[in-house]
Amino acid sequence: MTTVSQPVSSSSKVLPRLLRAIGGGHADTRLMAMVGVLALIWLCANILTGGVFLSPRNLFNLSLQVSVVAIMASGMILVIVTRHIDLSVGSQVGFLGVLGGLVQSVWLPDSVHAWWIASLVILGGGVFIGLIQGALVAYARIPSFVVTLGGLLFLRNAAYELNDGTTIAPLSEIFQILGGGQNGVLGGPLSWLFAFVVAGIVVGSLVRKHRRKRRLGIQKPLQASDYFSAAAWCACAFGFVAIVNSYNKPGTDEPMGMAFPVLILIAVTAAMTLVAKRHRFGRHVFAVGGDPQSARLTGINTQRVVLKVFALMGLLSGLASIVLTARLNAAASGAGTMMELYVIAAAVIGGTSLAGGAGTILGGCVGALIMQSLQSAMVLLGIPSPTQSMVLAGVLVVAVWIDTMWRERRPS
Amino acid sequence: MTTPLLEARNVNKAFGGVHAVENVSVSLMPGEVVALLGHNGAGKSTFIKMLSGVFPADSGQILIDGKSVDIRSPHDAQELGIETIHQTLALADNLDAVSNLFLGREQTDRFGFLDTEAMEHGARQTIERMRLRIPSLNASVRSMSGGQRQAVAIARALHFNARILIMDEPTAALGPEETKNVGLLIQELKRQGLGIFLISHDMHDVFQLSDRITVMKSGRLVGSYPTKELTQDDALEMIILGRKPARFAAATA
Repeated sequence: MTTVSQPVSSSSKVLPRLLRAIGGGHADTRLMAMVGVLALIWLCANILTGGVFLSPRNLFNLSLQVSVVAIMASGMILVIVTRHIDLSVGSQVGFLGVLGGLVQSVWLPDSVHAWWIASLVILGGGVFIGLIQGALVAYARIPSFVVTLGGLLFLRNAAYELNDGTTIAPLSEIFQILGGGQNGVLGGPLSWLFAFVVAGIVVGSLVRKHRRKRRLGIQKPLQASDYFSAAAWCACAFGFVAIVNSYNKPGTDEPMGMAFPVLILIAVTAAMTLVAKRHRFGRHVFAVGGDPQSARLTGINTQRVVLKVFALMGLLSGLASIVLTARLNAAASGAGTMMELYVIAAAVIGGTSLAGGAGTILGGCVGALIMQSLQSAMVLLGIPSPTQSMVLAGVLVVAVWIDTMWRERRPS
Repeated sequence: MTTPLLEARNVNKAFGGVHAVENVSVSLMPGEVVALLGHNGAGKSTFIKMLSGVFPADSGQILIDGKSVDIRSPHDAQELGIETIHQTLALADNLDAVSNLFLGREQTDRFGFLDTEAMEHGARQTIERMRLRIPSLNASVRSMSGGQRQAVAIARALHFNARILIMDEPTAALGPEETKNVGLLIQELKRQGLGIFLISHDMHDVFQLSDRITVMKSGRLVGSYPTKELTQDDALEMIILGRKPARFAAATA
């Protein structure tokens, strides 16, 4: 006979219990705690900046800034889950950006097709870089720290060599749309439509879950947490659209609406979450990270998993590079400098364990949002850039410390 | 004479200059439990790992149903119906019981997306069929006791209709009650016609459960005899001194 019981809670603290109660026992309490931290940061920042922080304009910009880091963080999470690291992502962004800039402005200067050819070259280049680094890690068994440290140095200087260190600008006008400038936004009506689409998907998945569980004969198919999270997602979608729609294009009363980079980020996050949680590949990634030797013994081709993870990271670096160069309307060899640290920090603050085997894509998004919010607040407060970096460094270390304590308290 | 389920002929494996397994030939009949004995480093685990595809043999032949096969990966072994319960259990601690049971062999749609309901259903059936006890299918196996983790590893080995089961120290981490259950399970599987390789240091288990005892020392086969013809002292003599008991030595010399 199988006996199936709920795992016994080892924690007697009030807050986690409360969160679990709200979540009906299934909610990701860690994620909710992070959202709480984020809300606190926003509230404090808003008070300190006299209401500027939560203004539509600042939130719109914040959403643009966070996109680049969060797109890459979703890939970095899988890299870290497999117990590896990719230090080269910032240099990948710079190198791939220059490559894309060359395609548009030097090789195909007058072509209307330049934007998508450049994009494909950037994405393909990212995958190629990822495959090479992944092969060196997985098959040549060189530690990823070393391989990607080499990649960091090599690609940054290769970016410089590609175009003698000069910045390529301007870029194709269609390409710029991908960066979310004034032309790179959905506008008011389409943004609302987007919110309704999201709400439709959320409600649709709730209905599907209900039907499925009914079919399996479960008495109470939906828990309070299901309704709660569905409501939260809808609120997020409509709230966000309301905010970005109340920010008008300069000199007009036309709303900006959602920017393309944010759309890309949402698509990436959704796709990567599906891959991580519902796809065989994601399952194998977590198995390799949890116990590489065991994963191998069960017949998983662990080397190929690692290779694919690095290739995926390269693809996402390419995507981030497209967004960044399009937004800046310039391809500079220095673009993305130090970004690897932001990306790794976002992943780690978002609950990805450096020991491997644990992490969520959504957590990485929230981690990126926390990092970027702190930075944005400090910029608004006029805090000098070196101090900003020092603060962010402190936040990273403290976040890992809290994470360590969290894990010790809740072994499962 | 019936064809052995599995037969290894003159199998060799060396690591660097060390001959971990040298010219070992062993066979396994359907419904037979063969105990593999030997000191640590005798080559039992290396031999087993060649059968379960952890690494390929350097030379020699492995036959299944009399047909020569090539086992180069754990996947190859699984395809041939060879399932292994490793000493380490080979579980991913961060995943739940169902994920572990189907690890590397997930049920998916044609796009590779997991069919979690089908897998949970399948896991539940196997666990009930084998009368195993696993408290929660959806809790990570890290939170489970040694016996429960063992149950997950056993369920995994038996879910995919294994014909040959390799058990490496299956009772080392278990209490008396759980050890007894593993014994009952082995007898049940025997009745179903599985061939089982059992590695154990527990002489009591070995004599109670096995049909034949095969002893290795320093990578070589010392001898292989029906369990009922051996005494525990005979087995110990083979393990420690690496030679056949005198009365057998005369017969086969």
